[in-house]
Amino acid sequence: MSLDNVDRKILEALQEDSKQTYAGIGQQLGIAHSTVYERVKRMEQQGIIKKYTAIVDVDKVGAGKITALVTIVADPKESESVAKILCKAPEVLEVYMSLSEELSILAKIVANNQEELHNFVANTIAPLVGVLRIRTSIVTKKLKEATFFTC
Amino acid sequence: MIEEKDLKALRILPREKAFYFFTSIGNYTGQSASSLEEFMEKIKLVSESSLEFHIQRGDFEKWAAEVLEDRELAEKIRSLQKMGLSSDALRIRLAQIVARHREDLKNREARKRF
Repeated sequence: MSLDNVDRKILEALQEDSKQTYAGIGQQLGIAHSTVYERVKRMEQQGIIKKYTAIVDVDKVGAGKITALVTIVADPKESESVAKILCKAPEVLEVYMSLSEELSILAKIVANNQEELHNFVANTIAPLVGVLRIRTSIVTKKLKEATFFTC
Repeated sequence: MIEEKDLKALRILPREKAFYFFTSIGNYTGQSASSLEEFMEKIKLVSESSLEFHIQRGDFEKWAAEVLEDRELAEKIRSLQKMGLSSDALRIRLAQIVARHREDLKNREARKRF
């Protein structure tokens, strides 16, 4: 599944604005719109382009909501199942696995207030088999959130 | 007359009903208690900040009342909360209250058997 320079440029253009037309992208890159179309279709079929989505400004939609970054230190034998359960919870926006000194699961969680956040951590995450410790940091200010990946 | 419900606090609880010790919002220490006996042990081990966090929020009292279904113990913990104790004084007093209460329940359980 190799990408050439034209594929990479198309991906960058789509990440910048996925609503732009094939003709518009072709014009920017100096190639025919049919070439853009064919390559986009191929990259969709190959799963390189996973989906087209809208980036919602959570600060504007969820006025008053809080965001927390939660680090869950887990027993390596149970970490997969802990992560899977987290992925199913609507309060959890993102889940990552990390390995530094200990195996950790990182999760981004939104809640209406601190009490709701605490209840979710205490009643939903802490009782999961394999959870050893949890560290929660409440976000006070967001300085950067990039969704663009330079190919 | 000793009723079964009076002794419910001595049972072993499922994981989701256990008491999980935190030090602040969302920060879980890794210590939990699935029974009154284990709770008694853990309050001797967990940090002072954890005890203070939960006593101020009324979490111990709530767990006693709603999970252990032991209103009497909940009331005793509530009176401790009103005393505003902190650090070691809080740990010692809480441990005493729980240990005495458990002893009392154990005695009641023994009387019920014979």
